[in-house]
Formats: sequence, structure tokens, C-alpha cells
Amino acid sequence: MKRSPKEEAESSRIISRRALVLGGLQAAAVGTLVWRMRDMQLRQADQFRLLAEENRINMRLIPPTRGLIHDRNGVLIAGNEQNYRIVIVREDAGNVDMVFDRLRKLVALSDEDIERARRDVMRNRPFVPVTVAERLSWEEVARVAANAPALPGITPEVGLSRHYPLIEDMSHVVGYVGPVSERDLEALETPDPVLQIPRFQIGKIGVERALEDRLRGTAGSRRIEVNAVGRVMRELDRIEGTPGGNVQLTLDARLQNFVQARLAGESAAVVVMDVNNGDLLAISSSPGFDPNLFVRGISVPDYRGLLDDPYRPLADKTVQGMYPPGSTFKMVTALAALDAGQTNANERVFCPGHMDVSGHRFHCWRRGGHGRMNLVSALSESCDVYFYEMALRVGIERINAMSERLGLGIRYDLPMSAVASGLNPTREWKQARRGAAWQVGDTVNVSIGQGFVLTTPLQLAVLTARLASNRAVLPRLVRGVGNESVAVAEAKSLDLRPEWLALVRRGMSECTNHARGTAYSSRIVQAEHRHAGKTGTSQVFSITRAEREAGIRRQEDLPWNRRNHALFVAYAPEEAPRIAVSVVVEHGGGGSSAAAPIGRDVVLAALNDGMPPIAAYPAPQRNRIEAQMREISERLRPVARDGVDRA
Amino acid sequence: MTYLEYNVKRMPTGLAKVVHMNWPLVLLVIAVACVGFMMLYSVAGGSLQPWAEPQMKRFGLGLALMFAVAFTPLWFWRSAAGLAYALSVLLLLGVEFFGSIGMGAKRWLDLGPVRLQPSELAKITVVMALAAFYDWLDVKRTSHPLWVLVALLIIVIPTLLVLRQPDLGTALLLSGGGVFVMFVAGVSWIYFAVAIAAGGGLVTAVMASRGTDWQILRDYQYRRIDAFMDPSLDPLGAGYHISQAKIAMGSGGWSGRGLTEGTQSRLNFLPEKHTDFIFTTLAEELGFVGAISLLVLYVLIILFCAYTIMRAATRFGALLAAGVTVTFFLYFFVNMAMVMGLLPVVGVPLPLVSYGGSAMLVLLIGFGMLQSAHIHCPRTRS
Repeated sequence: MKRSPKEEAESSRIISRRALVLGGLQAAAVGTLVWRMRDMQLRQADQFRLLAEENRINMRLIPPTRGLIHDRNGVLIAGNEQNYRIVIVREDAGNVDMVFDRLRKLVALSDEDIERARRDVMRNRPFVPVTVAERLSWEEVARVAANAPALPGITPEVGLSRHYPLIEDMSHVVGYVGPVSERDLEALETPDPVLQIPRFQIGKIGVERALEDRLRGTAGSRRIEVNAVGRVMRELDRIEGTPGGNVQLTLDARLQNFVQARLAGESAAVVVMDVNNGDLLAISSSPGFDPNLFVRGISVPDYRGLLDDPYRPLADKTVQGMYPPGSTFKMVTALAALDAGQTNANERVFCPGHMDVSGHRFHCWRRGGHGRMNLVSALSESCDVYFYEMALRVGIERINAMSERLGLGIRYDLPMSAVASGLNPTREWKQARRGAAWQVGDTVNVSIGQGFVLTTPLQLAVLTARLASNRAVLPRLVRGVGNESVAVAEAKSLDLRPEWLALVRRGMSECTNHARGTAYSSRIVQAEHRHAGKTGTSQVFSITRAEREAGIRRQEDLPWNRRNHALFVAYAPEEAPRIAVSVVVEHGGGGSSAAAPIGRDVVLAALNDGMPPIAAYPAPQRNRIEAQMREISERLRPVARDGVDRA
Repeated sequence: MTYLEYNVKRMPTGLAKVVHMNWPLVLLVIAVACVGFMMLYSVAGGSLQPWAEPQMKRFGLGLALMFAVAFTPLWFWRSAAGLAYALSVLLLLGVEFFGSIGMGAKRWLDLGPVRLQPSELAKITVVMALAAFYDWLDVKRTSHPLWVLVALLIIVIPTLLVLRQPDLGTALLLSGGGVFVMFVAGVSWIYFAVAIAAGGGLVTAVMASRGTDWQILRDYQYRRIDAFMDPSLDPLGAGYHISQAKIAMGSGGWSGRGLTEGTQSRLNFLPEKHTDFIFTTLAEELGFVGAISLLVLYVLIILFCAYTIMRAATRFGALLAAGVTVTFFLYFFVNMAMVMGLLPVVGVPLPLVSYGGSAMLVLLIGFGMLQSAHIHCPRTRS
């Protein structure tokens, strides 16, 4: 509209004034912006820079390569196997279902495998690689690689996974590895961050667990830049880790393999030890199991099967199994008596077949009695009454002391799981644990390795090695870690009078080599291999009156799990002992029938590089033995036999 | 101002108009646009595609449009104001009934080859309509309640239509620009005092209505407000944008991490890094120095606009220029305050820098009108 000049001037004055006010408001607003910028970009810049770096940089650990485990001759016991797997990346695959359909024609995949992989693929972001199949054969991987153009998004990858080529031979000694569990992490105060790597595996039992620190190595790391959705953009830097140290055991894989094959079908344990330096040459518990199943993740039915097996394949009977030593304990009683000056080489004790002690009748295993026995014949014919008499003379304290001196009742520090200490029963122990006073009858029972006394097969081997060497030999399982070899502990002398020891040794020698010895049928005829041993039969249950009346007289007639344990210990060669052997056959019936033949075979195998020579057996037995050895040979693992050059 | 008046007084004609343009303003606008190209080049990882090049083409088109508008006599725009306003309201109604939906809102009108965003157009037509209205109105009646009501209606009708789309950011700029034109025109202080009080009441009502049947805003808008109040409440959800934007800004420090080197934008931690949040990329890569420099350019633009307002010969010209200036100011202030966490995230682009055609074209048309007001001023005979 038309305005007078006065109005125009008024209007423009108002506008100027108001515009100025507005300008002031704007200036204040801009001031606020500047203040905020200064605050964020200058005052708090460091904090925000840190947050930005945290956003973009991720640390990823590179798992170290686990150390290898070898036997004393360099035969591989635990190694790392290349593990071929196939991964799929959704965004590269496009049509995931089509790719899976094609993949199924090349690789054996179950419906569950496909379903699981499909779920994983859909759950993850499109660029995340998802494992479709693991542990493929080289042929399968090659087929997939050859058909790569038809399989978009599929890549074969290779990783390392633990492998035990000797399968069940070393299962109890070496153990196995498995994924880290919550319990593993809780047990550690400051867990190695490497344990957080998905699917990282650590030793669960046996050497794998005990020497975990040496075998694991240290993780490397790489810093990577990731974007907002987690896609890896680039690697910023990388620090390589150090692989774990290799471990060499004292075991001889070929001997271990022979022992395992020889024990097939039995629930038994065998320990072979070097009498001079304590090296364990074989330490075998039967039946074994396949540790590779555990590495892969054992199925529930397989695991159930192992747990429910009455022969307890998961238990390591060599160090965990505790058995009454039976007559193999008689050497301890004999030496206790000699040491106390309570008997000598010439004294004879009459055995009528039983002995009455404070109102109880203690029987000899031979009901009719042995007649007059001296120390040597009592050992060789295993007369019980002779040792009852000696026990009454020396008392439990001296027996305890000798028992410990010879290596029983002691927990040996071996890198194996749940090594048991056995039981060397004393008066104090009985008072504390049973709440009853020690009876003289308890001493009588202990004198023949019955009653409360318990030993492990490992301890029996140590006992035998000490008898053979007169030194306090300690068992050793690890020969070297990394580049260092483990020193042999200097074994102190036992300070047993040589003439006493000679008496006991003669008793053992006659046991295996004298026609009246309990192990005479398991003798060795080659002089250079001859062994000296002692049988033992330890009662698990006594035959009840009802059973006796039902006509059961012999062990063979009893159900398996009620039969006696069969034991045998020996050292060889007799003249210059090199090895000590202990054998325990659970519910084997009798020491001379079940354990001694195994002991002889093991002695011969240990002295002859893993396979007994037929000439060492008495001529009448050779046909039977030859057939037996053929059968065993078929079970032997060829790997161990044509193994590496012996060091 | 009528055609007669326009001819009677001595005004620049023909090529003389070029000489009488507000040239510093033109150069500043081009400078800011170049900052925009640089940042779009940077967020694309050092590439003209996909953003910088199309933006340059659009800017070229917009600049041509600006000159065309500037050289058109001011009386034409005054005469066209009512029509333009009516047209933009009609288009907004068209969006309401035929609009196409994108990103959870109905903002676009599909006219065959052209996709039009009428709400952007409304920003300039509301300012035009108000300027024309106050030019027509007797100055003495400016504060008369009836005429204040008319002015408010001019603002409220398009604002409500935009709010329904929903587009909170545009509604804010639209109403803010309009109200400040009223303020500059000389509407009594009392109204503004009352309005501020009422505004406070409205905010209370909006927050109080949450979760009831008569809830005023959408849920996502409430979540944005929550996230604004405390981004750490939900760092991966609604607060994510703000948290990441602040990290980007702050990590720029004094001199920034270098062009194309900003990790927050390069690795996609920043949302909308080429549109609404482009200022955070700039602050991250060019630091405090770069951010302040851009702010200085904007302030200079405002100052040169103020020069035009002060010397405008007519009430229409002065009010139109003031409206364009205030709208431009609200653009960059709301955007910067929002990415720095001073205001809720409402979806306002950084003027002349953010990627996007409609907002830039409308702004350049607005500057064209301001230039028209600057050129078509009677000059003393000398």
C-alpha cells in the first residue's frame, strides 16, 4: 500500500531496531556453538579420541601352535594335524540354499549339518565366515576346490587340531585336549587371554594337562581396524606368538604298543621301568580309549559307553588303581625281618597250613601246608605262614618303615592325572580313619599284602626296581621339554645289607626259575634274559559258605567281578638287572596263571626291542606261544614298529 | 511498491543490475558450497562419486536460478507472493493425499520426471507471504490481534501440514522463520512474551502426553528426545547417532585428522555422514580450526544479508530479506546444535553443505530474492 514518507521512515526504523535485536540473539546462539565446539574439540579432545580409537581398533589373538609330544625314540605321540574345513560367507554366496545343495553332492553332509550351518549363516552378519564342515578328507577339499566357480562364497580353510596317532596306546598317559570350559577358567586366577579364543583347546588330563604351561606357548596378536558393523577393514600390526615347547617322554612307543596289544581283552595295568634311572618305558592301562574322540567332542552315546564299561577304560589303573599287593608284598616283610635281625638264611619255620593268632585262624593259601620253610623257599613257594611268623616278630612299625623305604605308600610326582598314593597302614592311620585300635591280626594280614595295605602298579614297579638296584630309584616320565633335557634325580642307596638283598633276590629267582616256584611255568629259558619275580593274588571277596556249598571251589567258577586280582612283579635280566615290571590283572584269578605269563612276555619284549623271541620260552610252550604272538602281532600298530631310528 | 513507483524512481536496469548485486554474499555462498563439495568428496573416501559431482551440478543449476530470481524485479515477487503461498499449500495438501513414502515419512510428491518436496518450497513461500502481508498492512495495525491472527494462520497452516508428514525439522524452520518475520515487522513484544510462555506450556504438555491416548509426537520422536537428554542411556539404539557424532567431533581436536582420514566417518560409525551429520565429519577431519572457519563463513553470510536488510528501500524487501536470513540462520544453527548434542536430532541439513537438492535449491532461490531486494532499490541520482 501507499505510505507517507513519515510512515516509511517509521517502518524502516522498527525493522532496523528489531533486526538488531535479532542480530543480538543470533550472536548469542553462535557464541553457544563456539563454546560447545571449544569444549568438545579442545577440552575433551583426548577423551573423544580414545573413544574413537576404541571404536575402530580390535585386538585379535593368534593362537599359538601347541608343542608336540614324542616318545624316547622320537616317535610322535601327540601332534597337530591339518584340519580342513569349509566356510561360507553369505554375502558372497548369494543364494545360500543353492550353494548348500551343490555342496552336498561333493561332501558328505547330514541334514543336521546343513540346518545348523544355515542357522549360523542367517544369524551372523553377511560378511562373517561360518564353518559348514570340519575335518574333511583331502579328497573332499580337492573336490570342493575344483568346483569353486559353482560354489560362490565357499572357501576351504586349513587349521591345526590335536591328533593322537597312537590312539588308545597312550590315552591314559598323555590324555587329551578339549575346549576351555567355565570350570577351567574359574580355576585360574589370571587366565591367559588366549583361552578366550573361540574353540581354543587346552589339556584336560594326563601329560597334556600337567605340562599345559610348557605345551601351550604364548599367543600372538594382531590389531585390526573394524568398521561400524564389525567388518575387518585392514590389519594394523601383528605380533607373532611363540609356539609351545615340545615334550619328550621316557616311554618307548613300540613297547607300549606291544603291552597294550598283549593286554587286549583284560582289565589290567602294566608298568615297565628302568631300574637304574627310573625311566618309565611303558605304563599301560587296559582297556584304553581313543583320545581323538574327545578332541572332536565325544558324542553322548560314545561317552556313556566308556562310562558304563565294567572294565573302566577311562581310569588309569597304573597310577590311580589301588590294589592289595598280595604276595608281592612278601619281599617287604622279609626285608623288615632281616633288617630287624629276627631271622637269617638258615632259620626254618614249619607251615602246617594255618596259624592261630589271638583266637583267629589264619590260613596259608596251601591248605595242606608247606612243611619246613626258610626265607628263600617261603618266597619262591609263597608260603603265608612263614610271613605271619615274621610279622609277629617284627611288628607293624618295622613293616611300615621298610614299606616306605622300598617306595610304597608314596605319591610320585608324575605329570599324569590323579596319581594315587596307595596306603601304607599304620597304627595312627587306623585310629584316625577307622576309629579302632590296631590289632595283631591286622599286622598278620599286612604281612602277606592283604588287609589294609594298598599299592598302585606304579609303586609295585618302583618296589621291584629298588630291590633290583638297592637304590631309591624314582620314576621319571619326562625326558626333555623344549631343548632342555630333564635331569635324572640321583637315586640314593637304600643301605640294605647286600647279603639280605641277595637272599630276597634268590627267593624271587627261584619263584620263576625253580621247579617248585609259583611262576615256574612262566620261566625264561635263555640265560641272558632270565627274570626273577614274584606272583601275588589278592583277595577281593572271599568265597562264601553258600558258594562253597554250591560247589564253587575255583576262581574260574566265580562271576568276573568277584574273582581275585592277579599280580606279578619281576626284574630282568637276573644277573644285571635293567628293567622292572609290574603287572596287575583285575579279577584275573591267580598271579601265577593270569599275571606271570603277561609279565614274562613284557619282560622279553622290553629286553628285545618290542617283540619277544620265541627261543626264550620253554620248548613245550613254544607252539602255543607262537600262535599267541601271531595274534598279538596282528593287533600291533605298524607305525610304532617301523618307527624312527632309535636314539 | 507498484509498477509505477518502480518506474518513477531510478533503479538499475539491464546489465547495471549485475553491478549492483550483493557480490560479497554471492562469493560467500559459493565458498560455503565449495566446502560442501570438499566434504562430500571426503566422505566418499576421496571420490567425486557418488555425492560430490551430482551436488556440483545441482549447485550450478541453483546458482543460475538464483541469478534469474535476483534479476527479476522485486514487485514481481511481491505480486506473486500470494499465489506462490496458495500453490505451496495446495502441494502440501497433495502430499497429504498422493505423496510417496520414504524413510518412514510422506514427504515427496511424484510428478512424473520430477520428485518435489513441497515442504522445502513452503519455507520460502511462507516468508514471501508474510512479507507481502505486512507490506500491505497499515504499519499502525501490525499489533492488532486480528491481523496478528491472520499472520499466525499464514504460518500455522503449512506448518501443521508439514508436521503431519511428519517432518519436525522443516516444521521448526518454517514456523521459526515466519515468527521472526513477524518479530522484525514490529509485532508487539507482548505477543512474543505470551508465546514463549505458551511454548513452555506446550513442551510440558508434549512430555506429559507421552504414553497416553492423546500422545502428541510419534514414539521415535520421543526416543530422539530421550536420547538427546542422555545419549549414554542407549548407546546402541536411539542414542547411537548422538554418541557417535560427539565422538567424531571431539576426536577432531584442534586441527583434525586430515581430509578423508576421519575414522568415525570412514568406518561408518557416523550415521547420515553425507547429509545431516556432515558437520561432524568436517569437525573430525578438519578439527576445531575447520569447524570455526565454516562458522565464520556462515556468520559473514548473515552479516552481508543484514546489510541488505538495512538498506532495503521497501518494507516488503526488508522483511523478505530478513525472512531469508533468519531461515538460513536457523538452518545452520539447528543443524550444528543438533550434531553437537545441544538440541534433539530433528533432521535439518547443514545449508549448502549437506548432500541433497531440494533444500539447496530453495535456499538459493531465497538468496535470489534477497539479491532482488538488494538490486531493486532506488539509488540517488548522482
